[in-house]
Formats: sequence, C-alpha cells, structure tokens
Amino acid sequence: MAESYAVGHETSHPALRHHFENMEQQREAGTLGMWVFLVTEIMFFGGMFLAYTLYRSQYPQAFASASNHLSLALGAINTGVLILSSFTMALAVYSAQLGHRRNQVVCLVLTILLGLTFLGIKAVEYYDKYVDHLMPGRLIPGHPFDASHVHLLAGAAKQNVEMFYWIYFAMTGMHALHMIIGVSLLSVILYFAARGRYGPEYHNPVEISGLYWHFVDIIWIFLFPLLYLLGRHLAHAG
Amino acid sequence: MSEHIVSVKVYITICLALMTGTALTVWAGLRDFPWPLNVIIALTIAVIKATLVVLYFMHVRYSSRLIWVVFASALFWLGILFALTFSDYWTRGWLPIS
Repeated sequence: MAESYAVGHETSHPALRHHFENMEQQREAGTLGMWVFLVTEIMFFGGMFLAYTLYRSQYPQAFASASNHLSLALGAINTGVLILSSFTMALAVYSAQLGHRRNQVVCLVLTILLGLTFLGIKAVEYYDKYVDHLMPGRLIPGHPFDASHVHLLAGAAKQNVEMFYWIYFAMTGMHALHMIIGVSLLSVILYFAARGRYGPEYHNPVEISGLYWHFVDIIWIFLFPLLYLLGRHLAHAG
Repeated sequence: MSEHIVSVKVYITICLALMTGTALTVWAGLRDFPWPLNVIIALTIAVIKATLVVLYFMHVRYSSRLIWVVFASALFWLGILFALTFSDYWTRGWLPIS
C-alpha cells in the first residue's frame, strides 16, 4: 500500500507529506488549519472585548479617567511599530514566494526586532503603571492598587478605575504573550529561512506564521483606540 | 487554485493607509465631537484598518471561498456573543421586580 502511494511522489518536493496529493493541497490545508485556529483566537479575545464593552458602558467616567492616565504617545508609537512589523512580515512572505533568501532573512529579522521594540515599549508602560500603584488588586505583594495618581472625572468611582486596569492588564498582557509567542515562532522560521528551506514551491510555514503575526497586529489595532483613546477628549472637561 | 502573489506596491500602499488611519484616529480622538461620534469614528477607523490587514496582508482577498467562510464564521459567532449578552444587560430594569 505504501508503495502505491509512493509512486506519485517520486518526483515531488521533499517537503511534501505523504498524506497530501501535491504541494498545492498541502499549502491550502495548512492555511485553512491556521485560519481555524485564528477563529478560536478571535473568540478568545472576543470574550475580553465583551467584558471591556460591558464595563465601559456601565462606568464611562471611571474608564475615561483611567484611560486618560495611559501614555497616548507610547500607545500610538507602538501601533506604528506593529503596523511596520506587519509590513515587513508581509514582505518576508513575499520574498519567500519569490525565493529571495537574503531579503526573506532581512525581513524576518526586521519583523522580530520590531516585535521586540513593541514589547520593550510595553514594558516601559507597565513599569510606569507599577510606579503609580496602578497594578490592580494585590498582584504585587506590598504594592496594592491606589488610584490617587489618576485624575478622576466627575462621577468616577475608584473601584471602577481599578476595573479598567484589570481589563487593561488582562488584554494587553494576553496580547503581549501572543507577541512573545510570535517572536519565538519567527525565530524558528528565521533559522530555517537562513538555511534556505523556503522557496517558491514550499513556504507555507512562513505564510501561516505571518497570518498569526497579522492577527496579533489586528488585536492591537482594536486595543489601541479602545484602551488609550476613547474618553481622551474628556481630559480637559473633568 | 494557484497562489496569488501580491505586489510590493500593494503592501506599501496598505502600510501607508494603516499609518494614516492611526494618525487620523489619534487626531479625531483628541477632538470633542458630540456623543457618541468619538466612539463611532474610533471604531470605524479600527474596522477599516483591520479589514485592510485581513484582505491584503493576510491575503484573504485572493484566498478560496473556504477561507472566507471560516473567517465569516468567526464574525458570526462573535456577533452571537455580543448580541445575546447585551440583550440581557440592556433589558435589565425594563420590567419591575415583583
């Protein structure tokens, strides 16, 4: 039985797995699988977006107060960094499709560096929140939450400011974790890309890692306005 | 269905559009529009940016119908999640508790 299957594979690409007819089918199956995974990811983040929407609509003043304390500049810069990294990721896939090994490696390195830049800026932001006692609850022993650094708008209750920071850290923390996974994934891809594994016939690992990377970018595209921007115009009205 | 290779020009255009969208949303976010325009503007720009990423960076525009269906199913289930939850929260207090 194995022999009869092997017949059709005599001249095929070494990366072709035995359970696929040809490279095309293998590529489409891989891409479909990644999309199914991304659907579960959308549902996973969807739950947190739902929690955010609910509490924001219930406590708009508290959420605006807490949101205004975040650094808009750092948030906006990070949005730019992530968009740029998605762009270089797209170019990495493009280079793989054309078989330009050097460009592919350069683009992957740039993507990883931009991802690390994002995480670095995020760490600076987290540290600022730590200094201002904005780590919610008692996450840090001996360093409890204290909203006295936050300028409260009229009608904002401190425990709801804390609720914002729970949601902020849950969502950006989960996003950062996805970034860390993404950077690790791309490092593996980079290793194989440098060894010349990917070319015009076989580059699905690059393509689906790219899908994951772009997905993480999309999550941030929503997180940025929701967490940093909404209610910003109320800052002066307080 | 063979693979469609998107040109670098398209990628550059999309990247610039995403950057412009980011600048635009920051600018609009700092202005005091009548409620709820600020929210609507921010979300509209975010949805447009996400759509561009999905269609061009993630190649959905050039992908098979199957990928479209899978992606649409995510949005559909997300819609159920939000619709059913808010049908509860929004209608609380409509009827007096006896």
